Amino acid sequence: MSDKKLTIALAGNPNSGKTTVFNAITGARQHVGNYPGVTVERKEGYCKFNDHEITVVDLPGTYSLTAHSLDELVARNFIVEERPDVVVAILDASNLERNLYLATQLIELEVPLVLDFNMSDVASSMGYRFDYDQLSALLGAPIARTVGHKGEGVDDLLRVAVEVATSDRPRDEHIVHYGRDIEREISKLEGLLAAEPSLEQYPARWLAVKLLESDQEIREKVVQRSANWEQILHQAEASINRLQKVYDDLPEVVIAEARYGFISGACEEAVRSTVEARHDLSDRIDTIITNRLLGLPIFVFLMWLVFQLTFKLGEPPMGWIETFFGWAGEQVAALVPAGYIQSLLVDGIIAGVGGVLVFLPNILLLFLAIAFLEDSGYMARAAFIMDRIMHKIGLHGKSFIPMLIGFGCNIPAIMATRTLENRRDRLVTILVNPLMSCGARLPVYILLTGAFFSPKAAGNIIFSLYMLGIALAIIMAKLFRKYLLPGPSTPFVMELPPYRLPTLRGLVIHMWERGWLYLKKAGTIILAISVIIWVLSTFPRQTTLEQNYEARIEAAADETLAASLEEELASKQLERSYAGRIGHLIAPALRPLGLGDWRIGTALFAGFGAKEVVVSTMGTLYSLGETDEESEGLRNALKENLNPLKAYVFMVFVLLYVPCMAAVAVIRRETNSWRWPLFVVFYTTALAWVASLVVYQGGLLLGLG
Amino acid sequence: MSGRMSPRARPVGTTPLSMAPPGALVTLVGINAGRGLVRRLSAMGLVPGTQLEVLRGNVAGPLMIRVKGSRIMLGRGIAMKILVAGRG
Repeated sequence: MSDKKLTIALAGNPNSGKTTVFNAITGARQHVGNYPGVTVERKEGYCKFNDHEITVVDLPGTYSLTAHSLDELVARNFIVEERPDVVVAILDASNLERNLYLATQLIELEVPLVLDFNMSDVASSMGYRFDYDQLSALLGAPIARTVGHKGEGVDDLLRVAVEVATSDRPRDEHIVHYGRDIEREISKLEGLLAAEPSLEQYPARWLAVKLLESDQEIREKVVQRSANWEQILHQAEASINRLQKVYDDLPEVVIAEARYGFISGACEEAVRSTVEARHDLSDRIDTIITNRLLGLPIFVFLMWLVFQLTFKLGEPPMGWIETFFGWAGEQVAALVPAGYIQSLLVDGIIAGVGGVLVFLPNILLLFLAIAFLEDSGYMARAAFIMDRIMHKIGLHGKSFIPMLIGFGCNIPAIMATRTLENRRDRLVTILVNPLMSCGARLPVYILLTGAFFSPKAAGNIIFSLYMLGIALAIIMAKLFRKYLLPGPSTPFVMELPPYRLPTLRGLVIHMWERGWLYLKKAGTIILAISVIIWVLSTFPRQTTLEQNYEARIEAAADETLAASLEEELASKQLERSYAGRIGHLIAPALRPLGLGDWRIGTALFAGFGAKEVVVSTMGTLYSLGETDEESEGLRNALKENLNPLKAYVFMVFVLLYVPCMAAVAVIRRETNSWRWPLFVVFYTTALAWVASLVVYQGGLLLGLG
Repeated sequence: MSGRMSPRARPVGTTPLSMAPPGALVTLVGINAGRGLVRRLSAMGLVPGTQLEVLRGNVAGPLMIRVKGSRIMLGRGIAMKILVAGRG
């Protein structure tokens, strides 16, 4: 038995259910990477079918295959350059005409093709009846039927795909006829192009159509590869001019019109609609959800619900994780003899990484909620509702989605800006994203509000910080849009998918994809930072100080005295360590903000690694050993050193200053230069300083100090 | 005397999509915009001759339309560049 390897590429519109089909085929055997050189995600999965080992590539969701957007270019280049054995066009059968537009272009690419009528259950409930044989004949490709979210028809789809991939039956050509005028220009160009061996990778007819569409990338390819490029481009120019005269419109518009004309012709023949179902359920839901008066309150309520669920449901598992790391620390401490190694493992690594993993339940729940909003179709409506408001700050509704994700973790949020086509919009959205108070800042708030404010007031105090972040994000976005990245606001077009009940599998996969980024951060950057912070706060050694204290501890009359001496020693050691010295160095700059204590400087310095670390560092600095945000001892120690106003200023500073190192690294990757991450570090710190100064001095004036 | 300007006369038959009230069924005549946007819209089914149904829209803010069975949201700026004709 010999296993044959095959590659299947899935192409389709956004919202065609492509991802659900991909998930149904591959299950958990998935791998997410990037296409070389660009930030478009490359999703691959694997499955076995009969004797075949199949690699399934989920191409980016696109409406077309022009060179105009990165996603479309990536999809097209994959098909042309990597030559998958078969391309499956996933079509939303309930929205067939629009979905077939992409299929016509795949037909023109002359690739082995299967059409998958997905969501065929929805289509038939909407009253559509398809004559599959006739459609298949008209479109020149076999048709399979699936219901992606139920996993129905997947085996049949694979069978048809494998059949197409392994047969060498040539495909029917020239399916779309563009009308006499265009066809005449196509054949002129085709003649020239077919004579070019350097371009034989592409079908000549397809190249001709692309040249008539003024496709920039294909023009460049022709110039690079063909010796006869001048004549070809000259002919293309002439053809375009002629067509423009004939039709009084851009040739690409006329070509699109012809494709749609062909499609509606095919549908008229082979699709029947038995019910006149003009206003479906989605329309009815939309009349409420996007209502001018109700839309915003519903949106605010849903956001409130998301945060309630995230934090209420997250509490118990947080407790378990905390207990686990406490236990793990004890076990390691018992196994490894006291000394540097033990200290590094227990105080550095376990405490550091554990302190971050504690938030995993919150983060996963938030991502689960966001996945639900996305998969159900609500997120697109939220963009619709928020568009007017976002417009006022020079962005549009789509920018709002990354902002929302930012409340969970800025890293996936910054990656989510990839959906914004315009570079300026995308940059502004990235730049202000760190001002969305992410989950990592929450433990700092919990610790400080717990120490300084009544439980009743704590909620409002924390809420005010979130609001402050949002308000400043709005102001900064406006400023950036006006002075840093000026330009006309970009047109906003977005499809609103029908409402759907999300599938559990889809939700879990989406949650996990984002949650994994957070976990990776804990496993890599935070691990490294924990070690660095540990080194900085342990060295240089204070031998005389230690000997001095050890003698006193041994001579101590009772255990309580010995323990307090030990704490004193730890605190003094830390003050003289590198971390302590850095804290002392920063302190003068923070004095006008009422945060002149060197320990705060040290904690903030450590927080650059990850903001959660501020809490554990404060614990060590106030010489209390193991601490978390619920710790009674740390609260008391803080009360001695701060007051409510200073605590609030401290939280404001933590909210705004430098995003964590992982976020900086992601900004570097997504913007492809060091300029923007450095700018973010600089401006957020300046903003934190100014905002804290205003709050502190304002508070003093009001007599709150 | 504070007279109000009379609304400017529009070419007979065509209006910007942004003026069409919710519920209106109109036919796309042309798109008066940059090449990139025209391409994107035509890929989404907004080609001349297509029937559009305005689902939601107000004096300000985005529009929601139905085109070829899908719901599409258009920013106000775009809706002003799309010329339509037909029943209001």
